[in-house]
Amino acid sequence: MRRLLLAAIFIAAILLVVVLSRSGEQANPSSSAPGFALHDVAHQIGIDFVHHRPTLDQRLDNIAPLIAGMGAGVSVVDVNNDGWPDLYFTNSRFGAPNTLYVNRGDGTFVDVAQQAGIADVNRRGEGVSMGAIWGDFDNDGLEDLLIYKWGYLQLFKNLGNLHFKDVTESAGLRQWMNSNGAVWIDYDRDGLLDLYVTGYFRSDIDLWHLKTTRIMENSFEFANNGGKNRLFHNLGGGRFEDVTDKMGVGSTRWTLAVAAADFNGDGWPDLFLANDYGPEELYVNEGGKRFVLQRAGLESDSKSGMSASLGDVYNRGRMDVFVTNISERGYLFQGNNLRLNFLSELGRFEQGATAGPLVDAGWAWGAQLGDLDNDGRNELFITNGYVSGDRDRNYWYGFSKVAGANGNLFEDAKNWPAIGTASLSGYERSRVLVNRGDSGWSDVASQVGVTDEYDGRAVALVDLFNRGVLDVVVANQNQPALVYKNSVVPGRHWVTFQLVGTRSNRSAIGAEVTLHAGATRQLQVVTGGVGFASENDRRLHFGLGSRALVDSVVIRWPSGTRQVVEHPAIDQFHVVREP
Amino acid sequence: MTENGLQRLWTKLGALDPRYLISFLITLILVLGQAFYGILGGYDRLAITLGVCVATELVLSWLMRGHIASLQSAYVTGLSLSLLLKPQTGLFWPFALGAFLAIASKYVLTLRGRHIWNPSNFAISLLLVLAPSRIAILSHQWGNHLATNAVIWAFGLLIVSRVRVLHVTLTYVICYLVLAALRSTIVSTPLLAELAPITGPMYQLFIFFMVTDPRTTVHTKRGRIIVVAIVAVVEAIIRLAGDYNVAALSALYPAPPILALAIVGPIAMAIDLMRQTRPPRAEVSGIRQPATTRP
Repeated sequence: MRRLLLAAIFIAAILLVVVLSRSGEQANPSSSAPGFALHDVAHQIGIDFVHHRPTLDQRLDNIAPLIAGMGAGVSVVDVNNDGWPDLYFTNSRFGAPNTLYVNRGDGTFVDVAQQAGIADVNRRGEGVSMGAIWGDFDNDGLEDLLIYKWGYLQLFKNLGNLHFKDVTESAGLRQWMNSNGAVWIDYDRDGLLDLYVTGYFRSDIDLWHLKTTRIMENSFEFANNGGKNRLFHNLGGGRFEDVTDKMGVGSTRWTLAVAAADFNGDGWPDLFLANDYGPEELYVNEGGKRFVLQRAGLESDSKSGMSASLGDVYNRGRMDVFVTNISERGYLFQGNNLRLNFLSELGRFEQGATAGPLVDAGWAWGAQLGDLDNDGRNELFITNGYVSGDRDRNYWYGFSKVAGANGNLFEDAKNWPAIGTASLSGYERSRVLVNRGDSGWSDVASQVGVTDEYDGRAVALVDLFNRGVLDVVVANQNQPALVYKNSVVPGRHWVTFQLVGTRSNRSAIGAEVTLHAGATRQLQVVTGGVGFASENDRRLHFGLGSRALVDSVVIRWPSGTRQVVEHPAIDQFHVVREP
Repeated sequence: MTENGLQRLWTKLGALDPRYLISFLITLILVLGQAFYGILGGYDRLAITLGVCVATELVLSWLMRGHIASLQSAYVTGLSLSLLLKPQTGLFWPFALGAFLAIASKYVLTLRGRHIWNPSNFAISLLLVLAPSRIAILSHQWGNHLATNAVIWAFGLLIVSRVRVLHVTLTYVICYLVLAALRSTIVSTPLLAELAPITGPMYQLFIFFMVTDPRTTVHTKRGRIIVVAIVAVVEAIIRLAGDYNVAALSALYPAPPILALAIVGPIAMAIDLMRQTRPPRAEVSGIRQPATTRP
């Protein structure tokens, strides 16, 4: 009898495994309508950008699709100061042009990169683009362009009238880096934008002329043999100085993304690094004199950080960070990280991604936090998918052969199994997660119309048509870009601020804006690059929901100036100059 | 240490209850893995797995056998599961259910009074096959510190030697190496890619704790050598199927050795038990039975 009873319990436990494994397997549809819809209008508005992946040294052919799996980037800029946001896409094959789509203001765009002199940048001997960021490094009122590459960095000065001049050499920035990320940051708050550029492969590696195939990571969890990140101090007069070692920010942890903000509230911008093959890192800025690597609860959680997005996720007045990672059924569940900022209280970040669609988004890449439905809370747009090859051939098994092995084996690319035409986490759909506050996050991607299965990389949020809603632009690897035009249900208010620095850097990068409306507050920061290979609309967009009144907006400028704007009109764009 | 000192240590080790040696080894792996590589991923999962394993063993041994069983094997099973199971973030039920199923399998899945699956092998295989959307297996690496690897391999070999299952470990390793070379030739992949998996921690746990479990292997030394060689062959077949993208077997690809053992182990045990006219006893058969462990 006891044996029978035990057998029944045993079978019940097995059935419970099946039931629990299937619970929540379906996309977690929202119980209420999402309140917005996204429609791809890229071709309709004249954006026909197709990314081309790099072609590298033949000795990497066995895993070429893996190594050449990055480079599709998108950044938002108002390049001609006409009040309409423009888009710059990066390409990654020799001869394939980058594109600058200028917003005509009538709902259409035109590519002017060739005439502007910033198209033909992917050339043999010079390297290929991995992404770009815009910032007014010389405070002349025109946004300048930094292209980070697997190759030489390139800095273009905006001359106005849609013309650019390559000033890399004179700026002291002609350095070969295998970089996948960069941010503009005024780390010493002198009013001049400095530059932090991340390294992925070591900078002594020319991926088209390899001296050795021993170029890969030496660990999947604790690699420290990546390219060295570099901090360039803006000396003024168009010149930069490498102050990496002096400032202590030369991480070699295969950084894929960097985000800059004042995380600990001391008034100085810090650096948050999302590292592939290793733990995230927080470099705390000590008065502009040096950076100190702080543990901050990040050091023991080693994953594959791909993107670092910023946002005040639960309207606490704190800058949190969302970091994407890798999950694949049966093989690996790293889970994404939502780093809730408790630095002031606890001296560390707390994990906010503990369950549901927030945790597992597949092989996730770029992501952005932004209020897509204008309800006053941030949503999350996450791109996914690594290599979409043959649907019936999966490289995960081949990948697993080396993933748990000793690093000496897989540090050499020639020891990796050939991927051929197989997929690796291919054909994954993007996720659109709606923030339900205490009720968690709901994936509403299919409900709002996001059904593509492209290999998404960079995503940028921008009010492309100046309508008071955030649209979504996605750069896909080796595939066409997407422009999702957003339609928000009527009755939801918003307000947008464009900041212009005077004593601070003119781009106002690093400025924090806290909006107070009733009992709620929202914090946003002006960034000079955020996410993965992307830069958002510099204008800060706040959704207000049904609130028809904003009590005040408090601006903390990088210079330290505090400015209060009382009762700004809603449903409008405001340009605020630093007093 | 002098030669005499080494001899004395060896003798003392031999006199120890072998289950203590096994417990020591897996604890060593846990401590080193956690200290250097955070391999555990959280102490909460260790507490759950260990707690459920021990509680299940206590309750079931009392209810089903009328006495409290030694908790050594529950301890080893608990540690193995907490190290090897890597579910989605925030999920703890795989540890609890896996621990229960592992220990309960010893009382349910029996033949002629003997359980036929290694407990942790059964639980991990079941979870991987039934819940791949929620559960993966250890995919960490030990890192590149040769000293850490050397310590684990040295203690591992020493202990399986004293537990008298070195022949199982060595047979498996030799078979794996030979078959890896063969697979490399067949599918034209780099030899080092095929050898790479065995340098990882999942294999070390498999080699030292799972495939060597005397309670779930056949009773003769020759038989054990043959069975473990068959395990290696089945693993090679699974791996070849993975290389050729045989979709029907895709559930087996994340952990080929563990699933190969789950397939071969109970069949071999069943055949062995059926062939015996009476339960194997070392004293009767004249064969030195290996020490008992139940990881």
